Amino acid sequence: MSVLEGKELRIVGFLCNWCSYGGADTAGTARATQPTDLRIIRVPCSGRVNPLFVLKSLLGGADGVLVSGCHPRDCHYSSGNFYARRRLELIKEFLPIIGIDPARFEYTWVSASEGQRWKEVVTSFTEKIHALGPAPKWDELTPRYDMPLELLEPIRPLGCGENPSLAELKDTIKKALPELEGVLGWKRGFDPLHAEPVLMTTPEEVDELIWGPFNVHNLANFLPKYAGKKVGIVVKGCDSKGVVELLAEELIKRDDVVIFGMGCNGTVDMGRVQAKLPDGAVVEAAQGHGNTIKVTASGQTYDMTMLEVAQDKCRHCTRPNAGLCDHFVGKKVEEALDPADGRSPAIRFLDSLSLPERMGFWKGQMERCIRCNACRSACPMCVCRDWCVSDSREPHWLTQEDSVSQKLFFQLIHAQHLAGRCTGCGECQRACPMDIPVFALKQQFGRMIKKLFGYGAGMDINATPPLLTYQVEEPNIKEHDLS
Amino acid sequence: MSNIYFATPDALLGWLKTLAADYRVIAPRQEGPAVLFRPQGTDELQNLDTLLKRATASPKEAVLPKSETLVRFTATKNPDDSAKLDMALEAVCDAPATILFGGRPCDARGFVVLDRPYLQGKYQDPYYKARREATVIVTQACTAARTGCFCTSVGSNPADKEGSDILFTPVEGGFALEAITGKGKELLSASSFKDGADTTEAAQKVHDQALASLPTPCIPQNTQDAVAARFTDEPFWIKQTVKCLACGACTYLCPTCQCFTITDEGSALDGKRLRSWDSCMTSQFTLEASGHNPRNDKAKRMRQRISHKFSYYPASYDGQYSCVGCGRCVVSCPASLDIREVTAGAAQGYVPPAQSAKPKEEPVAKPAKDTPAKAKTEKSSKKSAAKEKS
Repeated sequence: MSVLEGKELRIVGFLCNWCSYGGADTAGTARATQPTDLRIIRVPCSGRVNPLFVLKSLLGGADGVLVSGCHPRDCHYSSGNFYARRRLELIKEFLPIIGIDPARFEYTWVSASEGQRWKEVVTSFTEKIHALGPAPKWDELTPRYDMPLELLEPIRPLGCGENPSLAELKDTIKKALPELEGVLGWKRGFDPLHAEPVLMTTPEEVDELIWGPFNVHNLANFLPKYAGKKVGIVVKGCDSKGVVELLAEELIKRDDVVIFGMGCNGTVDMGRVQAKLPDGAVVEAAQGHGNTIKVTASGQTYDMTMLEVAQDKCRHCTRPNAGLCDHFVGKKVEEALDPADGRSPAIRFLDSLSLPERMGFWKGQMERCIRCNACRSACPMCVCRDWCVSDSREPHWLTQEDSVSQKLFFQLIHAQHLAGRCTGCGECQRACPMDIPVFALKQQFGRMIKKLFGYGAGMDINATPPLLTYQVEEPNIKEHDLS
Repeated sequence: MSNIYFATPDALLGWLKTLAADYRVIAPRQEGPAVLFRPQGTDELQNLDTLLKRATASPKEAVLPKSETLVRFTATKNPDDSAKLDMALEAVCDAPATILFGGRPCDARGFVVLDRPYLQGKYQDPYYKARREATVIVTQACTAARTGCFCTSVGSNPADKEGSDILFTPVEGGFALEAITGKGKELLSASSFKDGADTTEAAQKVHDQALASLPTPCIPQNTQDAVAARFTDEPFWIKQTVKCLACGACTYLCPTCQCFTITDEGSALDGKRLRSWDSCMTSQFTLEASGHNPRNDKAKRMRQRISHKFSYYPASYDGQYSCVGCGRCVVSCPASLDIREVTAGAAQGYVPPAQSAKPKEEPVAKPAKDTPAKAKTEKSSKKSAAKEKS
């Protein structure tokens, strides 16, 4: 796409065939004078505009992106633009977290007869983009590697002591075991700090079940693999949201899953635990008492409190008990109310940066991505598995190049496909062998979904995710009038 | 002068800075919580503590980049026949003189494992070869086992010299540097380090202590045959991979995983041919054009990974494992899947067929060649060296 150097910028326009494309034609027929920066891509409906089109354009170096469709209530297909409005508004709200000025993206409505309006839209948008100047180039940004995070004050007491009801849980599972393919739970992993997922199929294996601060994995991830078989699953409160969301999306059947739960007092962030130990320490023992974990490594004992090492999501957890459960064992943990400022430390940190700084931050983080896709594989809601769009060569969403824009775009695909579906388990980030804070991208979508649609995923089996529905009058979306 | 030199920490850092003027110096750098091997200039080489850290990912990228351009292609109109296009091809190979500093003996040994498929046999990989020859590997001996370490289980040790050009050991007051190869000798003799023959004993002591800190070897002697014999035991592989998330973290962190894919990027008229890391843990690795996938689930893919490392590779290369025991796949696995446990599990209860028939006469017999498992192994091993997937 060649531009007149110094005069033109690169602006990509996605125009609905039935209205705005006609509107542009009308403007042309009327010999209306308009800027030439816009490169038009004709689409059958604004509802066809995958939000990834916008993200791919912007990451690929477009200086601006404009989507224009039929006026609300005027869609050729009756409701395509209503869906588009929700998706596009969400994308606009999302952009600042990756350091892209939301003003670089706009969407509006122009009908086929509105040649004059089209001229005004394209002129005013082009002027805005010229005022912003060319988009920052990834090569020219200064990378930032560190991420100073504050330790959040928990909204409920965290603990790591032994759960007195574990024996009862094991008995309950053993009773149910004969009718099940197995029960997903945790057992001790390669060292005392690490638990590992297990499918318990015998009473002896049930005896090895553990419950405590090291049960970090969200086992809901494994459920779709057992579709058609009846399996049990042991859940923490957060994991149960994953099960609920899978059920809501009909990816698993309610009759096929038996849920066992206990109240959760929080789990650890392994990075924080390891930071308290000498580099590479060989851990010999780890035991929780009350609020303190005692770790023995190379003969030395290290005490750490949950206040110091708990995961961020546990500090703000309002759902410590499984929301949906067939066998809840033991006492329920007291549930706290939503904190006033529910932003995670990562989001607070990113909010505190300027837009170019945020872009530099993501550059510094994505540089070390090895494209192992652990984030995708660990995500309970990434159910496409072997059929991910990012693996597709046709359409060619991603190249094999080892570049920041390609690697970040993969993260945006993941985050965007999780918008309104992500239950906030944070497994994507926990799984990352390079400790890239990719969860922040999903959190940004999560908070905008909450702001725009008042919705949280994984709470109700009968809920419809906000991007799969619409309202004719959207209370929280204002019109974007460009003329 | 002996092959041993002595350097104070300041002298070592100074030496590295000087080298950075003439070489691409790749050394550990802290990036957030992770430590990565990165090319660093004189200005960046400031903190020796960081430069001596153990890296999160292996250094294989120094010789085998995550993604590299093999060929650029550009089509131009044929001046004599406008219906024809002339395709200009330009082979690209970026192989600057490089010092790879701060890897551990397992990391260095990883290159020896990679060398066999890439450099031995009828075809040598020119890209790999050029970079490998241009690289001097300066390795630090380990002082103690880390979590996940098991180098002694796969025929190595924390002061293994294999693959290194220089091996340095922290001793009192500085480092004892030993030139292992001609390349290393050349580099050290050009330095201003003083003779360190008197540090040999101290260095040996460090090596012995490190060796003593390693756990008892956990990969049994007959693993190669035992893993081959497990090929058809599907329930074993399913059980072992229940917890596997089917990502590729293990393969991409591994110093010895060597498989790649080749793709064309850009357009048919102007673009480049890339070679990028691939992973046998993904479905696309074996996805055939027909849509059929012979390794259609994670159990089969894990079987491939373990078999390649402990059965096919040793079958091709004189019994050497394609695993150096660095433990990265263990400690970085999101599901804590432990390659030691899977491999030892595969070998458990294995009885060589001939031995079970005549236990006293042939105690070290190998499985008969016509057993189905062995036959499959041999077939697969031909493909296994540097697997190419289009």
